Amino acid sequence: MLKDQDRIFTNLYGMHDRTLAGAKKRGHWDGTAGLIALGRDKIIEIMKASGLRGRGGAGFPTGLKWSFMPKQSDGRPAYLVINADESEPGTCKDREIMRHDPHTLIEGALIASFAMNANACYIYIRGEYIREREALQAAIDECYEDGLIGKNAAKSGFDFDLYLHHGAGAYICGEETALLESLEGKKGMPRMKPPFPAGSGLYGCPTTVNNVESIAVVPTILRRGAEWFAGFGRPNNAGTKLFGISGHVNNPCVVEEVMSITLRELLETHCGGVRGGWKNIKAVIPGGSSVPMLNAAQCEDAIMDFDWLREQRSGLGTAAVIVMDQSTDVIKAIWRLSKFYKHESCGQCTPCREGTGWMMRVMDRLVKGEAEVEEIDMLLSVTKQVEGHTICALGDAAAWPIQGLVRHFRDEIEDRIKAKKTGRISAIAAE
Amino acid sequence: MLRRLHKDQPASFAFTPANYVWAQGQISKYPAGRQASAIIPLLWRAQEQEGWLSRPAIEHVANMLGLAYIRALEVATFYFMFQLQPVGSVAHVQICGTTSCMICGAEDLIAVCKELISSSAHTLSADGKFSWEEVECMGACANAPMAQIGKDYYEDLTAAKLRDLIARFSNGEVPVPGPQNGRYAAEPLSGLTSLKEFDSGRQQYNASAQRAVDLHDTVKRIDGTEVPTTTPWLAKANVKQSDDAKSAAAKATPRAANPAADAQTATGKQPAALIAPRSGLADDLQKIEGIGPALEKLLNGLGVFHFDQMASWGSDEIAWIDGNLKGFRGRASRDKWVAQAKLIGEVGMEEFLIRAKTKNY
Repeated sequence: MLKDQDRIFTNLYGMHDRTLAGAKKRGHWDGTAGLIALGRDKIIEIMKASGLRGRGGAGFPTGLKWSFMPKQSDGRPAYLVINADESEPGTCKDREIMRHDPHTLIEGALIASFAMNANACYIYIRGEYIREREALQAAIDECYEDGLIGKNAAKSGFDFDLYLHHGAGAYICGEETALLESLEGKKGMPRMKPPFPAGSGLYGCPTTVNNVESIAVVPTILRRGAEWFAGFGRPNNAGTKLFGISGHVNNPCVVEEVMSITLRELLETHCGGVRGGWKNIKAVIPGGSSVPMLNAAQCEDAIMDFDWLREQRSGLGTAAVIVMDQSTDVIKAIWRLSKFYKHESCGQCTPCREGTGWMMRVMDRLVKGEAEVEEIDMLLSVTKQVEGHTICALGDAAAWPIQGLVRHFRDEIEDRIKAKKTGRISAIAAE
Repeated sequence: MLRRLHKDQPASFAFTPANYVWAQGQISKYPAGRQASAIIPLLWRAQEQEGWLSRPAIEHVANMLGLAYIRALEVATFYFMFQLQPVGSVAHVQICGTTSCMICGAEDLIAVCKELISSSAHTLSADGKFSWEEVECMGACANAPMAQIGKDYYEDLTAAKLRDLIARFSNGEVPVPGPQNGRYAAEPLSGLTSLKEFDSGRQQYNASAQRAVDLHDTVKRIDGTEVPTTTPWLAKANVKQSDDAKSAAAKATPRAANPAADAQTATGKQPAALIAPRSGLADDLQKIEGIGPALEKLLNGLGVFHFDQMASWGSDEIAWIDGNLKGFRGRASRDKWVAQAKLIGEVGMEEFLIRAKTKNY
């Protein structure tokens, strides 16, 4: 288990002083000007050495992403945009950072903006987080008041403005180019890439979009060193990570743990174990709604990091762990995700706009068992036709949970269809 | 889901003075010429003020930002947080129904809403106090199931607790938001498993709930006086200007330079206006291509009644007119009114109407 002195988010639950003074007491904003004095190249080098991979789902190395920004401005300003549009079902980690430990994020925004030569940074927070937005704005105001951001931020000689912007309830705006469209005041429809945001992003200027957690861990990494951060987790999966555990555990919670912790240790140390005991586990969605589920056998030795989960044809995603026990109707659980994706498809690409509807309607029939067994393969074939044929990854994200369900619970789906046909009520359908 | 404007619309919308100041503060967050970025925050504030988003409100915001109405309508209909129909006078109840909440009992919460409020979503309860809907993941999954009532998250709910909350709202109370099962925030219910030495000096509630408690009445409509408007970035406005000036100047369109639409804008020069048509007889301005009854009325309101008046406009006057045609910005230059008016003076109405058919002016 991660020791408290190695935790980055020391006020995750907001039980300590949440003001700037409190944050300073916990070591934030300590020698920020000195960190900036390291210079752009050195900061990016440390970030690369730390092995930090983006915390928003895709796991792209953060330092490498920063290095794509132009070294010299061609007259256009550069922007850092922080993606706080946390809407992936199961994910509730950034909320805790923004309302309870906002100064980690603000200090990180300053340093990251400096590293990519951006004098302005926008934080795009999801619209539903109204009090969280107010809490974060209050923290930003405190920092302006204290001279930590604004002109000559933290006495570093660097001018930096931080603006809080919000959305209005569209999951798609978590996709980086849709987020930029939304920030420009348009419908949140993803853009074709290339051009990538680092070349032409917000207002046609070089832009980097990073997740809240990726930015919020930056100051601590710089303070404690790349080796310290890289020392946690397996190679290529470095660091500590916020896990949000929901569903059928005794004590759902958000907690910071080391990468590559086993699923069992995570659940039993912090969540009081699976409801009804470890053997009662049926399936786990390990990284938010977009990743395929793990079955009980895989859960036995599951390691929570990017590489292990990828090998299992799943993914770490946002490390939002949804636990389902034996009482769960997994078909219905995945049907609800299909409904989610149908609701949130922006409608720009036909395979996704139409495909999400088809997938949901077939799932609907599978939940009731009012289908033919052949339809399972038909559904799989639809998921394959949506996957990879859309501008953004929402189409893929809608396809994967269904593929995972069929891979692991085909028997259950077939049983339900057969039971419906013969009029028998199987043990599962009786739930 | 089809999202359409409501059939019954109010006659007008205007921000309260404090909300107007707040809105101007929001616009100042974006580089010059990029004020369209403020559309979501402004539409949202309009909704907070009125409870729902009406057509006049959408048009008002579009005018403030120098946007075509269709652009604002696109945004209003794309984003699901914008309520396009009236909501309950006390509160709109939004139940998170996505998987984490569903497997923890959100369906029971929806059943409570159907029973206590109305059998279908987006419909007012019999007493008009409440409305409800099922929404997609709200991002409080470790506190499932949950509901957003008004603007606050009520977490760790059960059907009985939701029933009780709705009853208390109905009686005029504002229950304390946050976890309803004794938790502080998103820590394990049975006690801390980490950060134990940091459990000191805490406020009574977590950051979200504390703000709501400090604001007292969190379900009332917002008039902008609740929280002071802060714009600390403006302290160094001059510095920012030089950074962004180059790109902004190139991209700013004339109409985009007029964010405050309600007040008559300063760009250009107002052409000489008449109080009434000369000898009481106005020209039929609708003869000009692009001018219909609405624009004619608007022009009369601006003191324009005759073709020769329009023929005399220079570029400054055209810019002013373009900027002050509420809802029709830019039409004077787009449709070449001045050239048309000049032609009427030169060749007479009959010849003009012939040439107008082929837009030969």
